[in-house]
Amino acid sequence: MERVSRITGALLAVGLSCPAFAQDAPARYNLQAPVTGVAEQIHDMHTLMLLICLVIFIGVFSVMFWAVLRHRKSRGAVAANFHENTAVEIAWTVIPILILLGMAWPATRTVIEMKDTSNPDITVKATGYQWKWGYDYLQGEGEGIRFLSSLSTPREQIEGGAPKGEAYLLEVDRPLVVPVGKKVRVLLTANDVIHSWWVPAFGVKQDAIPGFIRDTWFRADKEGVYRGNCAELCGRDHGFMPIEVHVLSAEKYTEWVQQQAAAAGAEQVSLAPQSPAL
Amino acid sequence: MAAVTHDQLQEHHHGPTGLMRWLTTTNHKDIGTMYMIFSFIMFLSGGVMALTIRTELFQPGLQVVEPEFFNQLTTMHGLVMVFGAIMPAFVGFANWMIPLMIGASDMAFARMNNWSFWLLPPAALLLLGSFFVPGGASAAGWTLYAPLSVQMGMGMDMAIFAIHIMGVSSIMGAINIVVTVLNMRAPGMTLMKMPLFCWTWLITAYLLIAVMPVLAGAVTMILTDRHFGTSFFNAAGGGDPVMYQHIFWFFGHPEVYIMILPAFGIVSQIIPAFARKPLFGYASMVYATASIAILSFVVWAHHMFATGMPAAGQLFFMYATMLIAVPTGVKVFNWVATMWRGSMTFETPMLWATGFIFVFTIGGFTGLICAIAPIDIQVQDTYYVVAHFHYVLVAGSLFALFAGAYYWLPKWTGRMPSESLGKLHFWCSMVFFNITFFPMHFLGLAGMPRRIPDYALQFADFNAMATIGAFGFGLSQLIFIAVVVKCARGSGERAAARAWEGAEGLEWTVPSPAPHHTFEEAPVVK
Repeated sequence: MERVSRITGALLAVGLSCPAFAQDAPARYNLQAPVTGVAEQIHDMHTLMLLICLVIFIGVFSVMFWAVLRHRKSRGAVAANFHENTAVEIAWTVIPILILLGMAWPATRTVIEMKDTSNPDITVKATGYQWKWGYDYLQGEGEGIRFLSSLSTPREQIEGGAPKGEAYLLEVDRPLVVPVGKKVRVLLTANDVIHSWWVPAFGVKQDAIPGFIRDTWFRADKEGVYRGNCAELCGRDHGFMPIEVHVLSAEKYTEWVQQQAAAAGAEQVSLAPQSPAL
Repeated sequence: MAAVTHDQLQEHHHGPTGLMRWLTTTNHKDIGTMYMIFSFIMFLSGGVMALTIRTELFQPGLQVVEPEFFNQLTTMHGLVMVFGAIMPAFVGFANWMIPLMIGASDMAFARMNNWSFWLLPPAALLLLGSFFVPGGASAAGWTLYAPLSVQMGMGMDMAIFAIHIMGVSSIMGAINIVVTVLNMRAPGMTLMKMPLFCWTWLITAYLLIAVMPVLAGAVTMILTDRHFGTSFFNAAGGGDPVMYQHIFWFFGHPEVYIMILPAFGIVSQIIPAFARKPLFGYASMVYATASIAILSFVVWAHHMFATGMPAAGQLFFMYATMLIAVPTGVKVFNWVATMWRGSMTFETPMLWATGFIFVFTIGGFTGLICAIAPIDIQVQDTYYVVAHFHYVLVAGSLFALFAGAYYWLPKWTGRMPSESLGKLHFWCSMVFFNITFFPMHFLGLAGMPRRIPDYALQFADFNAMATIGAFGFGLSQLIFIAVVVKCARGSGERAAARAWEGAEGLEWTVPSPAPHHTFEEAPVVK
């Protein structure tokens, strides 16, 4: 089914002369390429579920369409009169339960892993505002850095006055910067209404709730630029408060922290990685 | 059978005529008709909103509407379709068909029935009128999450009052159905002989009575937070925004089944009729319906996996949600087993019912995928979820409503619906539905959030496709108007009492169209 849609999608894309994405083509048909362990697990779990569902779907509907084609009055079919069969009914209750147990097992492991925010290398607080994000580096290398991050796509592009850039609506003035391979704990809260901090490639989506602190975590395995959106309706510009995360090597990250410190007049910014947790 | 006396055949109404007849009627058939006309008007209004949304989303960039108005449209599209179109349509079916199916002369509380219908038009006026007040309609999404809903203008208050009124109407309708089904069945019609449509509605009515007050409570708390300084959902005053979501979804999840269980009932009437074979596993259908209803009360927080609940909470709600797949699967298997070795014909109602099983099951599978908490965290609030609930609500509830409408139109109007138009309506709807909503799965997986008026460029092709499909789907629904108008004006083939060869049940023992009064003497069921 996916292949068929892929073909129709491709045909349509040609027909509508969509902009081509040369390198790092964004996902179109499936979850974005995972860059954290959790996102990887989610990706594989989704593929597995899709296959199981596809097999059941094909099984059930081959039976139905066989009946639709063969057991027609116009083909002289005479109706049977059976209307129950305890054995069959027990079977199609018990077998799905077993399949569900098989699905629940890997999901349970991932849920527990997603919830384990202990022992982070870096803790960042993200605050949702109508309509931008604020980041505070609370602990670890870069502690004390804080800034606001808002959409940088120019208004003319949105209103059609200028051609749209490659990262249209997914670019910000000051991205969140984190080092590769380090466990980053994100504390979330909001200033006004509920927002949701979502970076698909990390497998992270956590609501930011005004007056409360929630947390989540990620450990990015690959350097690069990852983009996401606010995922909870938060008013007029809900569609215009993206999230952009730059994952840098340890050295480049240190360099970045030093730049920030210099820019901030070297106040309160600790350069050395700090051990005590919050 | 003495169901129909000479007097009834003469269609004597001893009451007012013209407009007053409809305002004062206590006849279940008149009220059923009004419910259905009302819901179709609301369906078209909600459809116009959907098409405006799709027009804006045809291309990246803002072209047609401003983001604020876009949010109003998504909000009102949801509210109008859920509370104005789908729910009243099923109540209309219940009004028309339950008394006919159980051999009752009317609904138990005939005057309350009139009142529960006539509450709806004022509620609809409040809801639709809110577009024209300062600040416009509510733009907080149909879920009306606090604190965003606390920020809205007076359109929000109008929506809250509309929900109150529609809730009162639903509760009265539900009580009426419960009392009618439990007390007014013809002699010999035990509960386990009752047509499945009556069973699914009985269970749905209990769900309505249980959860509509919860919704009323939730929106009332928003109202007092907005105007009277309470802080139910405001942390600064000791409240909690997430509590709103718990209360809302405690209503909201059973609501999902309120909108689908009667659809299961309709399909369970139609499949056996056109397979000319009794429904497979009648008893297990009843138990499956009841299990779905009971489970629906313990799964609400699967709408809230991203709010950040403890692992134990996520696991509980994930397991409970997955369990719902079992009774739902039983239903699909039963329908397929009913078709197996039948002697099937595919008149329009059967086409819709078969199409229902096919596309609804796709929605069922994506529901199972959404139940898995880690996957849900990826797809929550994306177009994947939009695709999922349109597969169950449009391809599920709406397709079943059309199936039922074609099935019972002969009973309502005395004329057979046009087969060629009906089939055209079905195939156009089926094709355009899938063109519209299937690509949304890909959009959601690839990362397009829902409720946004503008999107990143990689989503452009599928959005264009969805918009084209949506216009096709919307225009296809006009075919249905033609079919109904033709029947109502008395053109087309005359329907026999038993309009379809294999149709079973008491409703087919009275003439077509059903006379104004039926079963004044109860039939005896063996």
